[in-house]
Amino acid sequence: MKEYRTISKIAGPLVFVEKTEPIAYGELVNIILADGSTKRGQVLDTSDELVVVQIFETTAGIGRDSGVRFTGETIKMPVGRDMLGRILSGGGKPIDGGPEIVPEKRLDITGAAINPYARGMPADFIQTGISTIDGTNTLVRGQKLPIFSGAGLPHNNVALQIARQAKVPGSTESFAVVFAAMGITKEEANHFMQDFERTGALERAVVFLNLADDPAVERIITPRLALTTAEYLAFELGMHVLVILTDMTNYCEALRQIGAAREEVPGRRGYPGYMYTDLACLYERAGMIKGLKGSVTQIPILTMPGDDITHPIPDLTGYITEGQIVVNRDLHRKGIYPPINVLPSLSRLMNLGIGKGKTREDHKKVSDQMYAGYAEGNDLRGLVAIVGKDALSERDRLLLEFADLFENRFVRQGLDEDRTIEDTLNLGWDLLSTLPVEQLTRIDRDTINKYHPKFRTGAKKE
Amino acid sequence: MEVKTKQSKELKEGVLKRIAGPVVTAVNLDAHMYDVVKVGKEELMGEVIKIQGNDVIIQVYEDTSGIRPGEPVTNTGLSLAVELGPGLLTSIYDGIQRPLAVLVDKMGNFIERGVTAPGLSHEKKWTFKPLVKTGDKIEAGAILGEVQETNIVHKVMLPPKEKPGVVKTIRSGDYTVDEIICILEDGREFPMIQRWPVRVPRPVKEKMNPTIPLITGQRILDGLFPIAKGGTAAIPGPFGSGKTVTQQQLAKWSDAEIVVYIGCGERGNEMTEVLTEFPHLEDPKSGKPLMERTVLIANTSNMPVAAREASVYTGITIAEYFRDMGYDVSLMADSTSRWAEAMREISSRLEEMPGEEGYPAYLAARLSEFYERAGLVKTLNGARGSVTVIGAVSPPGGDFSEPVTQNTLRIVKVFWALDAKLSQRRHFPAINWLNSYSLYLESLHDYYDKEVSPDWNKIRSWAMEVLQKEAELQEIVQLVGSDALPESEQVTIEVARMIREIFLQQNAYDAVDTFCDMKKQYDLMKAIKLFADLAYSAQIAGVSPTQINTVKAKNELPQVKFIKEYKSELAKIEKQMDDEFNALRSAA
Ligand SMILES: Nc1ncnc2c1ncn2[C@@H]1O[C@H](COP(=O)(O)OP(=O)(O)O)[C@@H](O)[C@H]1O
Ligand SMILES: [Mg+2]
Repeated sequence: MKEYRTISKIAGPLVFVEKTEPIAYGELVNIILADGSTKRGQVLDTSDELVVVQIFETTAGIGRDSGVRFTGETIKMPVGRDMLGRILSGGGKPIDGGPEIVPEKRLDITGAAINPYARGMPADFIQTGISTIDGTNTLVRGQKLPIFSGAGLPHNNVALQIARQAKVPGSTESFAVVFAAMGITKEEANHFMQDFERTGALERAVVFLNLADDPAVERIITPRLALTTAEYLAFELGMHVLVILTDMTNYCEALRQIGAAREEVPGRRGYPGYMYTDLACLYERAGMIKGLKGSVTQIPILTMPGDDITHPIPDLTGYITEGQIVVNRDLHRKGIYPPINVLPSLSRLMNLGIGKGKTREDHKKVSDQMYAGYAEGNDLRGLVAIVGKDALSERDRLLLEFADLFENRFVRQGLDEDRTIEDTLNLGWDLLSTLPVEQLTRIDRDTINKYHPKFRTGAKKE
Repeated sequence: MEVKTKQSKELKEGVLKRIAGPVVTAVNLDAHMYDVVKVGKEELMGEVIKIQGNDVIIQVYEDTSGIRPGEPVTNTGLSLAVELGPGLLTSIYDGIQRPLAVLVDKMGNFIERGVTAPGLSHEKKWTFKPLVKTGDKIEAGAILGEVQETNIVHKVMLPPKEKPGVVKTIRSGDYTVDEIICILEDGREFPMIQRWPVRVPRPVKEKMNPTIPLITGQRILDGLFPIAKGGTAAIPGPFGSGKTVTQQQLAKWSDAEIVVYIGCGERGNEMTEVLTEFPHLEDPKSGKPLMERTVLIANTSNMPVAAREASVYTGITIAEYFRDMGYDVSLMADSTSRWAEAMREISSRLEEMPGEEGYPAYLAARLSEFYERAGLVKTLNGARGSVTVIGAVSPPGGDFSEPVTQNTLRIVKVFWALDAKLSQRRHFPAINWLNSYSLYLESLHDYYDKEVSPDWNKIRSWAMEVLQKEAELQEIVQLVGSDALPESEQVTIEVARMIREIFLQQNAYDAVDTFCDMKKQYDLMKAIKLFADLAYSAQIAGVSPTQINTVKAKNELPQVKFIKEYKSELAKIEKQMDDEFNALRSAA
């Protein structure tokens, strides 16, 4: 393989190489340093005169005298069954002291788009044991459902609780976990790793760690390695895979950094205009395929800068993912765990995974009614602050109390409290029964007669 | 879509000079703007989008990884076109009309590049039934004959722009789309297939003003903010507010004869959902599976952006083609913002001077050219046909002041403003009744008068007034509480609540409520009006609002939404309402 020594410019994570033979767009590049070590990069722009290479690590040590080798192929990842239980760097190299991965296959990390015609429709209810998810924002197998959080909020605990408790009722298979850390602190990473070890999840996990002090640009490939692994486990080995990506905010910062280095016209708040497409190429790597057994379920975590849901990172994410679970600072301050605010939360695939034969026939209606009650009660809090409780009508007083009950009994639960869907729905009815029956306009009469505690005739799982 | 090369002219082959993502530069290539070219050894499909000196700039419809400078580029000499003919219905295509079902057969579950397939099957035989005979004088657009494509009759037409002629031979029987079914005296031969360049609107004889509503079965749309057949509407809203569900509801239940649904830069699963659901859903009018009247275009967010840019043109050209047969077509584009972003991405790679928020300066022009292809028309063959265009808009941060929303609102006649505050409380459809509007009310007035009820227009205005009034009253309530309002206004608050919860809220996932015909819409609103009339007169007669709120019949009313044969139940409730108010009044 020919080695060039024609680096003409180095700027940020970009290296410019001149006078090459025709180089392919997207090709993997190795830069050889004076001490013999190599750094990897990828071709971003190629022409007769100039090739622009984006380096995935720090450019420290790269100089005009460094050698450049173009490998002639795009970035591939060795994958194999023995990856389970392994801890890899954000660049995919083992860092647990174990042997190299024995590759059964080498896969392109960009991943081709699943043909929409080949997709299978996600429909299997995943019970996470968390009421605000199972009851009101149901997760299904093959869904991409991110956690929108803020700095200092317990999103990691929520993600871990999901990973620990997630099961498909009636199925004995447990999930394989692919965990990709991007720019999180060592302490946070330890928190995850200890939990994985404590629960034995590590045996069925593949961990990729790019920590806060690892190169920022490496974060561009970390999730791609993780998703390539997940697709392999799911669609070639037939496993159900849960992918946790954290923190997508750090990923987006890396994207912005590269955009700036390329002197691109920036989009909103300095993030590149193609960030929507770029994120979609990650998030869309979730789902099921007709005729295949496995599935990829994604739970990306992101911290919203300034708790602002309209910030481009949560905004673009929400436009791509199938809903979002929003972790809220006010609830956290009130001491409620998990501090999930159901109002801005959403699961777009909920309707596919619930109802008769899946969870329970009353599920959707109970959920809608709780939303309506909680939303109205929550609004009244503002009014009460101005006019006092006495100015409220009886109806409004009950709604106000409902909002409190909802937070304290439905939202609040223990770190290890694993509620069945049955428990969650019955709890919902208990809370709804504090409101006058006539006010339950989202629920049809038959369902009320069957499940309302006042009339309950058969609130059993059919 | 399959790339054919014009044989007539030998075009000079060019060479690739630079590759940077979906935009590449070739040199020494004979080219005109928007020519379709084949890029590299793998012959990836691309389109010329800029010519500068010896440089020809090309947007490539597939991933360009692995392509090198020096590879060849050839020009087909043709513009980006779609194949039109029997076989379109029930198909699902990518943005450049590659049939996704065929691609699965050719390359498996993932979309690899460099594989093409024609938009229509060229092997399948269709039974062609002629409608012209030897000696007939025909003009462009003339219907040569019919094919029973699904439950829809596909009319095979003389392509637009053809000179008039006299039929010499017309065949009957089973033919592929390529076989000649008609020969004219002057020797011109026509198969069933025609090709049309997607960026050029198909000609019509005349554009007319729309006067008939597209009945959608969605109460807030039909009842408050209707769209006309041949009209244009925009649905802007932040994520999760209901753009896609609304579009899908329209695709399912609106009384269009043909539906073209474009998933432009959105989720893969949403297209899968349509593909799984539609074959099992019945068109309320024909009773036939909805899929039979549907063409899907799916260029999802992770598919190449250049093909995303093309997808809306592919879709609208197919819509126009069915319009030309005399059908009422509705086209949903979800989301036009992703199309605009694709334009922005390509434009920025061309290093064009950016306009507002980085969008190209021609954004407004492209949007209006697109919506202008909607309309109620007299077709070349004299039939009436229409294309209704409904575009979803995805404003960043849900802020409607951004360029795509603003430029769209300047063009479209109906604005369905989605509101995150409503969707968060699960008030669906989360269409804000105060901000939305329809500019078709005036022209549809007569239709409602005749087809629904002579008092429909009045009742509609009444409902809007109540909602408007409620908004004003709510501001006061926020300051002093509802008990401080005068009694008649407390009644208004209650009536407004009924309009919102009974009429406006409609659950897309309820088997019955998902579709509500005009008659039922009228009956429901009439029942609320009845309550209002009884309540106001009771209040004047001295009945207090607290007592009025105890009327039980009012609580039964929402249940009517979930009952298919609702008439007797509704009559019972209205009777009960009357009785209860009578009792209250005699007690007062
Ligand atoms: N008319 C409706 N009836 C019931 N639920 C709805 C309706 N419209 C929207 N929803 C709910 O809102 C969610 C988000 O709607 P969607 O159309 O996907 O939003 P958007 O396309 O604006 O992001 C849906 O998954 C569904 O749960
Ligand atoms: Mg949508």
